[in-house]
Amino acid sequence: MTTISIDRVSRWFGNVVAVNDVSMTIEPGVTGLLGPNGAGKSTLIHMMSGFLPPSSGAVTLDGTPIWKNQQAYKQIGLVPEREAMYDFLTGWDFVLANAELHGLPDPGAAAKRALATVEMEYAQERQVSTYSKGMKQRVKMASALVHDPAVLLLDEPFNGMDPRQRMQLMELLRRFGAEGRTVLFSSHILEEVEQLARHIEVIVAGRHAASGDYRKIRRLMTDRPHRYTVRSSDDRALAAALIADASTAGIELDLKEQQLQIQAVDFYRFTELVPRVAKEAGIRLLTVSPADESLESVFSYLVAAK
Amino acid sequence: MNVTVARLTARGLLGRRRGLLLLALPVLLLALSALIRGIAGQDESTAANILGGLALGTMVPLVGLVAGTGAIGPEIDDGSIIYLLSKPQPRWKIITSKLVVAIGCSIVFAALPTYFAGLILFGTFENLTLGFTIAALIAGIAYSALFLLLGVVSRHAVVWGLMYALLWETVVGQYVPGAQTLSVHQWALSIGEKIASPGVISSSVHLPTAVPLLIVATLGGAWLASSRLTRLTLAGEE
Repeated sequence: MTTISIDRVSRWFGNVVAVNDVSMTIEPGVTGLLGPNGAGKSTLIHMMSGFLPPSSGAVTLDGTPIWKNQQAYKQIGLVPEREAMYDFLTGWDFVLANAELHGLPDPGAAAKRALATVEMEYAQERQVSTYSKGMKQRVKMASALVHDPAVLLLDEPFNGMDPRQRMQLMELLRRFGAEGRTVLFSSHILEEVEQLARHIEVIVAGRHAASGDYRKIRRLMTDRPHRYTVRSSDDRALAAALIADASTAGIELDLKEQQLQIQAVDFYRFTELVPRVAKEAGIRLLTVSPADESLESVFSYLVAAK
Repeated sequence: MNVTVARLTARGLLGRRRGLLLLALPVLLLALSALIRGIAGQDESTAANILGGLALGTMVPLVGLVAGTGAIGPEIDDGSIIYLLSKPQPRWKIITSKLVVAIGCSIVFAALPTYFAGLILFGTFENLTLGFTIAALIAGIAYSALFLLLGVVSRHAVVWGLMYALLWETVVGQYVPGAQTLSVHQWALSIGEKIASPGVISSSVHLPTAVPLLIVATLGGAWLASSRLTRLTLAGEE
């Protein structure tokens, strides 16, 4: 049982605060680190993997600080976001070199096992430079797994993968989580995270915005007021019919643009309500579009709600 | 010393363009030496000029620059160094392994060619060839350590290295004699001076000054490089 603790950690670069007073504990099982681009996910992962000291606070692995502690890598496997590897090596040579660098007693057997785990044996004799993005990602995984680590840290592992590769990797990470390893991966896509992680940590603008079971995060994200822009054949009649329902909180009749600005509080009920009401009243819907569905607005709502 | 680090470093260094560049310099020196020997015959001052100016003055620092910075700079630039650093290996071991490879390159591509060029130009008379070869060897070691350090601390290591080797050691050294006290070239020459027959090689630095400075530059460079590598951070790239 290996645990990473982040205790009141901040990290700033000059005047820019990348991570602001974050505390969380990463326990065995799969944890998703969710947040929009630039939120500080990579900064956190760099601190957890010993490549960045926190400006204040402590990042520890079972109580031992990770920064400047090379022995921690006996327990940590790291899959970095950047693609650069030793491109002139074959996949086999690359994973074998990683096994040797770990000082494993039988590096050949370890490399073989790791390449089999990610199903890359078929291309192990090819040079890394000839690999597709997904293949590189899998060889990076193999290099991180070669010493059978208790902790696996992955920075945006699904970037650039096709759906099939994504499924394979998710399956693999699920298995590691079930084996009792501590698996942490970052992503800016909610659907990706909730498919894989039971436990989610949300980071927005360097701050810890939410933490917990994926259902709780999902609810937080869907229960927020949604704004919609609607155009129809009779805006005023539609507005009157919609405001009678509890799923709407406010409707503005925009005469200049000839459209309705609707604020809905119950997302699922509202999406079901609009077509039904329009049909019953004989109103034709011309446009129904969410006004603030961007991920950033979802996240900023989470921050405000905290 | 870690064999895996050394192997990866050597393959990275000798592969592709950098390997060709390392090979081109000694080939040029040997071809030129053969040509000069053919035209001018066996002449001490010509031999000393070629070995001192072209071999020790130009080829040795350039090979040291390519090998020293190339042993680590590209890996730090593209981020692949992370695969070496995320291992339970002390960082000084990584630096030592890379330094050994860089020094090996300096021996193969600079010191040995200097020796052969000397043989072609002047044979073994007056220990001229031996003096310059040992000087090239010593200078190669010091350059490797210094330029490896540059490769760790700066993204523009090659530019800084060129400025040191070409501007400081040659141009500035010519007009400001004091600058020669801080010149790997002169330190190495002072050792060559001791080995060759009297009056054949001359240095502007005395041996008792040169030797400690060489040791400090080499060991200090390696130590500083290790300590900087221990604190290497990956800045946020989001």
